Amino acid sequence: MLNEILKNLDWSPLFISLKTGIAATGICFFAGLYAAGRVMRMSKKKRAFVDGILTLPMVLPPTVAGFFLLLVFSRRRALGIFLFDELHIKVVQTWLGCIIAATIIAFPLMYRNARAAFEQVDMNLIHAGRTLGMPEYVIFWKIVMPEARPGITSGTILTFARALGEYGATSMLAGNIPGKTGTISQKIAMVIQDGDYITAGIWVTVVLLIAFVSLYLINLIAGRGKRHIKRW
Amino acid sequence: MAVYVELRKRMEGFSLDLQFQSNSKRIGILGASGCGKSMTLKSIAGIETPEEGRIQIGNRVLFDSDEKINIKPQRRNAGYLFQNYALFSAMTVEGNIGAGLRGRRKERQERVQEMIRKFGLLGLEKRFPGELSGGQQQRTALARIMAYEPEIILLDEPYAALDMFLRDRLQQELLDMLGDYEGTVILVSHNRDEIYRFSDELLVMEKGRAACFGKSKDIFSNPKKKAAAGLTGCKNFSKIRRIDEHHLEASDFGIHLCTKRKIPENAAYIGFRAHEFEPVWGMREENCIKVQVESAAQLPFETQYFLRSERGQTGEPGQEQICWFVQRDRQREIEKKGLPSYLKFTEEHILFLEG
Repeated sequence: MLNEILKNLDWSPLFISLKTGIAATGICFFAGLYAAGRVMRMSKKKRAFVDGILTLPMVLPPTVAGFFLLLVFSRRRALGIFLFDELHIKVVQTWLGCIIAATIIAFPLMYRNARAAFEQVDMNLIHAGRTLGMPEYVIFWKIVMPEARPGITSGTILTFARALGEYGATSMLAGNIPGKTGTISQKIAMVIQDGDYITAGIWVTVVLLIAFVSLYLINLIAGRGKRHIKRW
Repeated sequence: MAVYVELRKRMEGFSLDLQFQSNSKRIGILGASGCGKSMTLKSIAGIETPEEGRIQIGNRVLFDSDEKINIKPQRRNAGYLFQNYALFSAMTVEGNIGAGLRGRRKERQERVQEMIRKFGLLGLEKRFPGELSGGQQQRTALARIMAYEPEIILLDEPYAALDMFLRDRLQQELLDMLGDYEGTVILVSHNRDEIYRFSDELLVMEKGRAACFGKSKDIFSNPKKKAAAGLTGCKNFSKIRRIDEHHLEASDFGIHLCTKRKIPENAAYIGFRAHEFEPVWGMREENCIKVQVESAAQLPFETQYFLRSERGQTGEPGQEQICWFVQRDRQREIEKKGLPSYLKFTEEHILFLEG
């Protein structure tokens, strides 16, 4: 029976989820690095405020983020009307909605990890680069990034895993249109409502595998370069 | 090349307010930790910005707050050797040395090769900093600076993190490597041996200010200020009351001293180095102090006595502990004759100091 189900299974949720995850991770990567660099240089009070806002999506229920996203992108509101009338861009009930929802929810993971990684980079390395005449962008890509690489890599993988499995905000903003916005998590919720535990189980296994492989990779990367790890 | 530095900057707990000018090629800055000496060096390199002042090297103005000049560190052409060497851990030795070089690939490679040969790094080109010994790291850091042909080299306590044995060796190595460097070098340190060995001219800093500036040898032999004397290693200080041109009362030692030299009118303290006391057995001589040993420390090559003066001529016993350091050869004499009854302040070694 499992064979039969596997044969007839619609694999589109996997590809939609992967596509969404990759796109959202790409956006989060650059936005997160940029935000981390900016926030790090802010004054203490301003930093506390901006950091709070940027981290909110991580601590709020995703449905709250979904609510705000709907408010912003609904075609009954200014931005939604502008996007549709002027640029013919539709966000609600589209794949673009999937990406935006996943990006917003996963962004804090990238931003926070990048910031923690940047803050650990020895300032003297940057000073050294400057006194050696290296332009700022070269210092960033050739000194800061390699030094911060473990933190940034783990941030990227966590972001990808989170974006891949996003459910709450996605279901509100993008909905669950099979073959278009139907992600794995939405598929699981849907088939569970029909009592189809076998299909649900297959998708759960897929999600579990992806999530575990991601975490396993993080651990491998985080441990690299430290040949003598001290244990207590 | 002439160096002119004038800085003002508010720091935590004090303000940096400093001015000096030097034509020497080897300049030392001596000061206790946190006196602003690192900040001074960083301001010259351009990686910190003072609030006011002017920094000029040769006829190039690097910073001038009035004229709103503030050259970027990238364009200052100042090599900076950091305490931890600040090698780029993701780059090989080669990569580190070539990191700041411009121009065509072939020229860059040739320059890197030249530095690798010159600094004895052959065979280590492909290693990462984490795989190098302390000495090799230092040579890589210096090669990286030299590859860039700086006009001035700034050394920020380069051995602070090292143990003593290694430090002496690396220090000597660094001096050798800098031997044929034509430009100006400024060394910042709180280690007087390092500074003495290295610098022709010396700036002594105290809490963000210049305590004194001059030829290193002169400052060590006649520090003039109490802070400078302390930093050059003088251990014994006493407040003084000047009685007349040739007599003074050193109240913290509880002793009157008389000198053939004229006592400067602005002298508020005397200082006396722990190695200079002359032990006296038998009869009291002029400028002698009767002391009691409180404790003694045997070191491999000298013995350090910590003493307290006995009720002196002034009636009051001295408040300050007196340090007397005895070299090993002299120690034999003491073992034979017993501890001396008196210690003599030899006249030529008395330092008259301003507060």
